[in-house]
Parts: sequence; structure tokens; C-alpha cells
Amino acid sequence: MTDLVPLAILMGLATYPSRAIPLLVAGFGRLPPAALAYLRLVGPAVLAALAAVYTMVTLTTTPDGARTASFHVGFEWIAVLVCLALVAWRKSLLLGIVAAVVLVAGARQLGIA
Amino acid sequence: MTEPDIRAARRRLVLDGLGIVASALGFGFVYGVAAGAAGFSFVEASAMSVIVFGGAAQFAAVGYVAGGFSWLGIVLLTAFLNARHLLYSAALAPWLADRPRAERAVMAHLLTDEAFALSITHFRRVGRVDAWGYWFAAIGTTFIPWNLATIGGVLVGGALPDPSQFGLDVVFPAAMAGLVVGLATGRREIVAAIVGAVLGVTVSLVWDPAVGIIAGGLIGPLVALAIPGPPAVAEVPIPAGGEGPP
Repeated sequence: MTDLVPLAILMGLATYPSRAIPLLVAGFGRLPPAALAYLRLVGPAVLAALAAVYTMVTLTTTPDGARTASFHVGFEWIAVLVCLALVAWRKSLLLGIVAAVVLVAGARQLGIA
Repeated sequence: MTEPDIRAARRRLVLDGLGIVASALGFGFVYGVAAGAAGFSFVEASAMSVIVFGGAAQFAAVGYVAGGFSWLGIVLLTAFLNARHLLYSAALAPWLADRPRAERAVMAHLLTDEAFALSITHFRRVGRVDAWGYWFAAIGTTFIPWNLATIGGVLVGGALPDPSQFGLDVVFPAAMAGLVVGLATGRREIVAAIVGAVLGVTVSLVWDPAVGIIAGGLIGPLVALAIPGPPAVAEVPIPAGGEGPP
């Protein structure tokens, strides 16, 4: 079936402007130092927000489409912290991710997560 | 930076990229399983991964399609969820300004959380833009694994137990947290990350996670700029082929 391919195209069209406008519009490439100093900090801020939200917030969607967020406390916190520590210590992202997955999988097998 | 230095930086990029490959494979597989379970065909699930190429929006679409929601609502939600890419694109624009426009147009489609984090870390390490690094980060570590894993998830997912048993849901946050380490090179970056995380969670709980992530990404840097940091001149990227800052 290909019924949802047009939806994928529409979703792609909705996504592309946010990815492309600053890269393609003249002026973004020649920003003043203050703007560059700000943008330099965007990466750590967004990625940390993503990590924290995906670890600490659980999102549920009700049958009528409403999205409800709730605070989540779980073993995943420890796994992500272990990943952070391993990446900082061993300079290996792969090692950190593998350790986090093994910890969570193990904890779930043992019924403690 | 000398040629051996660039080669060393690329080796580091490849090593970091292995972690992202694992992340994209795990997360993409879970997406494929979810899409298959929601009734997406192999072609439909793959079209999403090739054309949309945005994990959070794709997961949301699976839930909303399964729930029978309007396409307009799904498209608007997609724009909303992916709005954070505007920040990535703006942060990369000064680095990529000298690349041909057509190349930047293709680069834009492949811009993801992972491609951004890997490539900008690499650019800073090298001291200038390295297009090879961007393509490797965007295609080699993310686009190809994500799409292969999507196919795998749709085709074999139904035969497997719940993927969360294997801890695959922690792959993405762990990868994002690990990538922060590479970008947190000073006090300002650390403050931006902490404020971004705290704000992200807080706003997520009172409003919506998509808003929380954008709020953290916008306000975290503003707070961090209040912290004394290095001179702004050291943060200006230089054109490809130029010498790095001393």
C-alpha cells in the first residue's frame, strides 16, 4: 500500500523550511559575533533538552488526540548518567550507548526497571 | 590545522559516529516496528524515513495515523516538532556559507539532531568547515542506518517481542546526552546544557515536550551568555581552506 506516501511528502514539506531557511537565506552566513556566540551555545542546550525530556518525561496521547506529559523517574536516569560519564571518561560514544542499553535491558529483565 | 590533524579529527568523527550508527539502528528499528504494528506498509514506513527523516515526527505520525487523525493536524504537528531544526540550521549557516547553494539545499534535508551535533563538533575541532564530515555525519551515521533499520523493523518487527525489553528506548536520550559531552567545552556550554535540560523538562510538563525542547534550546544559551566566556572573535568560523584560530 502507498496511501500514506502523500502524507510523508506533506510532512517532508512541513519540515524542510526549518531545516533549510537559515542555510539558504543570505545573511545567516555572515552573522555578527554576538549572534555567533549565541548560536555556539544552541547545540549543547537543545541536545541536553532532548536527552532530559526523553529520559524524564513520558508522553501519552489520548484517543481524542490530546498529548499529556508526566514526570518519569526510572532506571533510565542512571543509564543516561552512566553513558554521560563513560563518554566523558573514555571518549567513546558507542561505549556509553552500549552501556546504557545493557543497563536498562538488564534492569528490565530483573524486574527493577 | 595540518592534513594529519584533519585526518585525526576525521578518525575521531568516525569513532563518535559509530555510537550514532548504533543509535540510529536502534531507534529506527523501533520506529519500523511501531509503524508496522500501526498498519504502515513497507513502502509507507520507508517513505516517511526517506522524505520526513525526523524521528520524533515519524513516531508521532504513527500514533496519529493509527488514531485516525486528520492529515492537516499531523502535518502541523510535524512542523511544530521539527521546528528545532531552525536552530541547528542557523548554527551551521555561518560554517557552510561558502558551500554551493545546491549543496546546502541537500544538506538541509539531511539535517538531524545527530548530524548537527557530530558535524559542528567536528568543524570546531578542525577549525573550519569540512564537508566530508557533514556528509559522513548526515548520511553515513544517520540516513543509511535509520532507513535500513526502518525496513528491518517493518519486516521482522512483528515476530519480535516488545523492543523496549531490550532497552532500545534509551538509545536516543543516551546518544543525545553523550553528544553534549563533545560540545560542552567550556563553562558557557555547560550552563547552556544544564539550563536547556531543566527548562526543557519543566516546559514539557506544563505545556508540551516539543515546546520544552525549543524553549530549552532558545533560553539556555541566553542564560549562558551571562557567564563570562572567551572573546567572541574566537567563536567565528573561518572559511574552508583557511587557517584555524591560534
